[in-house]
Amino acid sequence: MPSNKSVSDAPITQFVNCRILKDHKLQREDLWVREGKILDPEKLFFDEQGYADECVDCEGSIIAPGFIDVQINGGYGIDFSQASEDVSSGVSFVAQKILEHGVTSFCPTLVTSPPAVYHKVLPQVKVHNGGKHGAGVLGFHLEGPFISTEKKGAHPEKFLRTFQNDGLQDVMEAYGSLDNVAMVTLAPELARSRSVVRELSQMGVTVSLGHSVANLSQAEEAVQHGASFITHLFNAMLPFHHRDPGIVGLLTSDQVPAGRTVYYGMIADGIHTNPAALRIAHRAHPSGLVLVTDAITAMGLPPGRHTLGQQVIEIQGLHAYVAGTKTLCGSIATMDMCIRHFKQASGCSVEEALEAASLHPAQLLGISNRKGNLDYGSDADLVLLDDALNVKATYILGEEVWRKGP
Amino acid sequence: MKLIILNDYDQASEWAAKYIRNKILQFRPGPDKYFTLGLPTGSTPLGCYKKLIEYYKNGEISFQYVKTFNMDEYVGLPRDHPESYHSFMWNNLFKHIDIRAENTHILDGNAADLQVECDAFEEKITAAGGIELFVGGIGPDGHIAFNEPGSSLSSRTRVKTLAQDTIIANARFFEGNLSKVPTMALTVGVGTVMDAKEVMILITGAHKAFALYKAIEDGVNHMWTVSAFQQHPQTVFVCDEDATLELRVKTVKYFKGMMHVHNKLVEPPSSGQKKN
Repeated sequence: MPSNKSVSDAPITQFVNCRILKDHKLQREDLWVREGKILDPEKLFFDEQGYADECVDCEGSIIAPGFIDVQINGGYGIDFSQASEDVSSGVSFVAQKILEHGVTSFCPTLVTSPPAVYHKVLPQVKVHNGGKHGAGVLGFHLEGPFISTEKKGAHPEKFLRTFQNDGLQDVMEAYGSLDNVAMVTLAPELARSRSVVRELSQMGVTVSLGHSVANLSQAEEAVQHGASFITHLFNAMLPFHHRDPGIVGLLTSDQVPAGRTVYYGMIADGIHTNPAALRIAHRAHPSGLVLVTDAITAMGLPPGRHTLGQQVIEIQGLHAYVAGTKTLCGSIATMDMCIRHFKQASGCSVEEALEAASLHPAQLLGISNRKGNLDYGSDADLVLLDDALNVKATYILGEEVWRKGP
Repeated sequence: MKLIILNDYDQASEWAAKYIRNKILQFRPGPDKYFTLGLPTGSTPLGCYKKLIEYYKNGEISFQYVKTFNMDEYVGLPRDHPESYHSFMWNNLFKHIDIRAENTHILDGNAADLQVECDAFEEKITAAGGIELFVGGIGPDGHIAFNEPGSSLSSRTRVKTLAQDTIIANARFFEGNLSKVPTMALTVGVGTVMDAKEVMILITGAHKAFALYKAIEDGVNHMWTVSAFQQHPQTVFVCDEDATLELRVKTVKYFKGMMHVHNKLVEPPSSGQKKN
């Protein structure tokens, strides 16, 4: 039946025979969508006397909010940090591929690079909505170059930078522009970082702490100035010590301002974080856990040997090795795998596992008024999953953008 | 009057739902012939609604050609407030079945002119050809809809100030805060319900036993408004054992002895009858 034309003549879709993740619970409810937004069916019924134009039988699926990956370096042979002349097509390619993992929006992540690369790459990829063409881009996650030499990990040391001035001068010199930047990972122990953290936060750029040797009080100070995330917890930071728990201590800190939450990224691929460490973090601070893939170029490639840039790698199962060695060269787990592994390893509920990939990253980025949940008025970015949390279909703004073949 | 006595709440709910189901089926509603159903809110009808939803999902009944009229609604409570009777009907019945929005009627407690809204409601009932079956529940003080003790037994749809008892009883739905409980409601009158072709009253639980006694064994009295239905030619009281505690043994035995007759009313209609 046609919907009420006086309010909107856009078609209405009703997802039936499903369990939707709402208010932290899976509920047997239908889900209604109009104009890419989730619709309140009670309002539709009483105010508009309107009905669905189309019914989608979900065959008992779970419907979760679309997954949000705030740290992904590339995949399918593409490295976002390799400044080609056409980074945007590389981002688009990966954006399209990760739809099958249920990812509906993401932050393409650049590792430490020389200023020329930022200046070239950042203007090429604008923040935009997702669709059939691929997952939406929420803005770049710039991991470095303002990080610790001691905890640089795989970042090239010669491009690391420090703050020579208070304020954003050094940041702007390195990046050129912050227009399409959602998040910056920096080391809070760097001199003059305090004002940088404050000014970035005030501009709406999420500040994350990582690749750092900061002690707890330095980390707490950064949080008090606006930092709200920890980049891949446990990795590239000082190990937990009971007299100075370092950045890890933020999970249970009493110095976090009231009403604020510190979120932390977790690579739950079963390789980069020991399941016991995953459980420690989850039990200490469940509402801050954000699943990230931290995926590299090799994610999505089939098993075997691949040549990536100067490197030859070998993929065996979930491990990506430098060919001929047992040296890990990054994460190749997909977001849906990480969710399944996190649930199995932590023993958490289905709801918690799904929210760690949807609600929490949306809250972290300050976009939970439209993403990361299935509240009325939110974007209809949806993932249909079976009970084992395998992705069956992905929708962006109410449009089907991927469906598993029969 | 029929008095149907079942063992417990669930059985009473099921019996009532089957009775409604059969009434709709026997009526054979269609595009030119709608079945008109009066409906209550509150905890008592919940079990009955669950069963009706089940019958709809099984394909036994459809509400496509059913018009519903609700008994009452709070004044001044936002329509989307979780305790509004709009929300109640949506969550507990309407969203689960195939009823069309334009065929449901609930008084608007936020109307600019409340009495005009009430008069219009009466007119809608008349325009729909009157109510075939009005289903109701009662309060422990014997009120039907919001016709509190002392309401005229010939009252029509109107604004009503709630009794203090009712406000206190409802406070549990408003965070236990008396000041948040609406103090006025729009309600159909006793006379409005009396005009229905048939009336079914659900009464369950020991706390309603005295009201059931007042309803059927004592005289017609405006202090127990439900007693008015003693004068209705087609009334069915559906109750559980607990609700009969204040009745005479003789009354209970008499009606229990008739159950084998009354149960015929809720037998599934024969398929042959459906076809033709």
